Amino acid sequence: MMDCFLLACAVLLCGGAGAALLRAFPAASAGLGAGSAVLGALLGLASAIECLRLNGSYERSFPWDMPFGSLTIGMDGLSAFFCLVIFGLAALTAVYGFGYLRRERGRTGLAWCWFNVLVLGMALVAVARNGLLFLIAWEVMSLSSFFLVAHEAEKPEVRKAAWTYLVATHIGAAFVLAMFVLLGTAAGSLDFEDMASLKGAGREFAALIFALAVIGFGTKAGFFPLHVWLPEAHPAAPSHVSALLSGAMIKTGLYALLRCLSFVGPPEPWWGWLLIGIGIVSGLFGVVSALAQHDLKRLLAYHSVENIGIAALGLGLGLLGWSAGNWTLAALGFAGALLHVLNHAVFKGLLFLCAGSVLHATGTRAIERLGGLSARMPVTAFTFFVGAAAICGLPPLNGFASEFLIYLGAFKGVMLADAGIAVPAAALVAALALIGGLAAACFAKAFGVVFLGEGRSEDAARAREGPLAMRGPMLALAAACVAIGLGAFALMPFLAPAVGIITGTPAELFAQPLAEAGRLLLVIALASAALILATALAALLRARLLRGRAVTRAATWDCGYAAPTARMQYTGSSFAQPLLDLFRPFLRVRTELRPPEGLFPKKASFATHADDAARERIFAPIFAFVDSLFSRLRWVQEGRVHVYVLYIALTLLALLVFAL
Amino acid sequence: MRIESAVHFAAALVLAPLLLGIINRTKALAAGRAGQPLLQPYFDIIKLLRKGAVYSRTTTWVFRLGPAAGLAAVTLALAFVPFGGAPALLAFSGDFLLVVYLLAAARFATVVAALDTGSSFEGMGASREVQFSALAEPALLLGIIAVARAAPGAASLSACLGAVDGRAWAASGPALALAAAAWLIVFLAENARIPVDDPATHLELTMIHEVMVLDHGGPDLAYILYGAALKMWVLGALLAAVLVPVRTGAWAVDCAAAAAGMILLAVLVGAIESSMARLRLVRVPQLLIAASALSVLALILLMR
Repeated sequence: MMDCFLLACAVLLCGGAGAALLRAFPAASAGLGAGSAVLGALLGLASAIECLRLNGSYERSFPWDMPFGSLTIGMDGLSAFFCLVIFGLAALTAVYGFGYLRRERGRTGLAWCWFNVLVLGMALVAVARNGLLFLIAWEVMSLSSFFLVAHEAEKPEVRKAAWTYLVATHIGAAFVLAMFVLLGTAAGSLDFEDMASLKGAGREFAALIFALAVIGFGTKAGFFPLHVWLPEAHPAAPSHVSALLSGAMIKTGLYALLRCLSFVGPPEPWWGWLLIGIGIVSGLFGVVSALAQHDLKRLLAYHSVENIGIAALGLGLGLLGWSAGNWTLAALGFAGALLHVLNHAVFKGLLFLCAGSVLHATGTRAIERLGGLSARMPVTAFTFFVGAAAICGLPPLNGFASEFLIYLGAFKGVMLADAGIAVPAAALVAALALIGGLAAACFAKAFGVVFLGEGRSEDAARAREGPLAMRGPMLALAAACVAIGLGAFALMPFLAPAVGIITGTPAELFAQPLAEAGRLLLVIALASAALILATALAALLRARLLRGRAVTRAATWDCGYAAPTARMQYTGSSFAQPLLDLFRPFLRVRTELRPPEGLFPKKASFATHADDAARERIFAPIFAFVDSLFSRLRWVQEGRVHVYVLYIALTLLALLVFAL
Repeated sequence: MRIESAVHFAAALVLAPLLLGIINRTKALAAGRAGQPLLQPYFDIIKLLRKGAVYSRTTTWVFRLGPAAGLAAVTLALAFVPFGGAPALLAFSGDFLLVVYLLAAARFATVVAALDTGSSFEGMGASREVQFSALAEPALLLGIIAVARAAPGAASLSACLGAVDGRAWAASGPALALAAAAWLIVFLAENARIPVDDPATHLELTMIHEVMVLDHGGPDLAYILYGAALKMWVLGALLAAVLVPVRTGAWAVDCAAAAAGMILLAVLVGAIESSMARLRLVRVPQLLIAASALSVLALILLMR
């Protein structure tokens, strides 16, 4: 088990180093880098699946000196579940990346090195059983992903995005560090085993740790308003990396939050209220901001904020259930959140790969310049359609399964007499319903404007499908959307141990409610299969009816207008405008209007830009204030060498005095 | 599975277009006209099923998928809707979520099929459809929760609507009335009726649902019309189950009462359409948010 995992780590490390060393030989470097990532991910996947299958818990300590504890890694139900997400997506994105980066070979050696290191870092975060090792792995993950985001560093906007990411991730890391220092001081060591004995150590202490964890790990996960780096960094990275960042890396934030909960639980009700509140705000803000975007990858990045919000809703519900000792509620909330983590990795990974395929084929991510790709790129269009329907939570796909668990938990919560649970649960249902409707609107826009209708530019008209290495992973992920949609009931037994680890109570408490939920999911799977069958039947009946009759093709109805052009189609902006008007107070949309002037107007233009409201309204003032504060210290740094020599001399003198 | 559940499902499949006929007849009578035959919706559907098809050159498989997937999803949703106190053909804990999301799936299929034509009119209709349905969904779901809390039972549509009887009305009548009012608004919006959408309009710019299906013809349009009728039955049966709390246990009585409720609902829609004009499009969201507010109010009353 752990041997297999360690072998995976070794393969990733060697492959990454090899890809960097061989970067003078592009083909060998790319082959080695992608190959080792796939091989390492498959080995890791095998160890994670084995652990889930045997429902075991494994630890391995190394006899190396480690300050404040021992160098221990371990794999249990919770770690294995997140390893499954990380390695599964890593293997597919590595294959895709091999095809995607082919055009720019010669500069991809380091990218493949960082890719391997990123996978290694994420996996180590999931298995670390010591605070220091965790922090090292966390930093490895953050830095390697920073270098991947900065892959196209010659573009100014990419450099800006990468810096934003680096700053945000380290602000988050500062909170994580503070949390581990507090935990370590209280427990006497940084080993997770000792920290787990802190359970019930005092309300204030637990609340402080929880707050630090929500801020620190929430920055990585992308909770509102800490998400500001996410819509910058994810679009800037190469698309297979965007898929991995969005599908897997931000989930490590949720993993770490859950792991910390296992140290300081049982929670108080307000923890659940807080996470439900965060979930509602993140979900709604994410989806409304996504609606306003004109950049396909940025739109998808905002949907990651939305989906993390949905997972937070599940976590909040789980915390409420845990604090009240209502294990059914806890099981449904936590299991729903975990399943949503897996589902989001599948469909968001898929959607980012599809967006990459569009970018690869047309050279643009601007939604308004695309259109009609369905005819020219059938595989991308079909898989994007599946991913879009899945992310909207529509049956028969996987998004519905996890949202169903969260909804069902909330529904059971609403039926309780305790208003402390019933009221937030009702708010959760309302928010989730609204989020679902808005997500459907957003993906109708994204799919419709990019893939349907007529091409809006030359680039769109020339598009061609990518190589097999790109199409294969997309088809695999689309198949996974259907498979999890129909087979989610079979995953329930594997979620109970993970939930048990979070709450530190026997998994049997959750096995029964989850088995019941599994039975419902089985019924849903049958209904979903019936839906697919009924659709096929309806289509067959139509084909039967139309046999032998006149089936002709003509122009789209245009009200008799004589010269329609592709530019007269409804644009993505017009499609989203009514909804955006409704949510205008929560957005920051800049409009530039040059109205037609004079009797014979020549040129007129209208453009909208959606800035991030949290970035502009919350962080921009804070950073401006910090900036002005530090600019007062600028006189210290004058640029004259003799002044600096004076500083050195004064420092030495001060140290001498101090030593005496 | 009880035999009456299967009978109800079959009856709904057959009778759904009749609701449209009753609405049209009511409107005609109110306007002093004789009006079209009561069975005109059936004639339309049969006529369309016998025609060939014209597809736009712009369209792809998405356009073909839309009507088939839409009809399949709505038909499946119908199987979960109880009628007259008898349980539905299928029922499980939380099935109302599947029903709501099946309707959403049908809508998504219709909307992307509309966008597949590349027509700006259909894009406009699709844009309005997703806007209004996104706002209607919370009202519908919160309403279901309110009803389930007022008539506690198992968490399936059949169980909670089956438990809405005279005693439930006596105990929490105001909340049920508020939920029913919210559902009426959702019913009108989702079925593209006045005051949200005018099915009789002839100007593309003012349409919502009709404009999305401009390019569909022949069997495809028949699927869409029949699917719309089934959807009206699905949402109408929910509303009728709350408004007609006759649960005597005698099948004939309960069933007749529910059927009378459906007919009255159709007459009510006809009366609304005869007596008021369509709202301006910018006013529609306010109406839908009001529906959500009514549902929330119902929940608050039940949570005291």
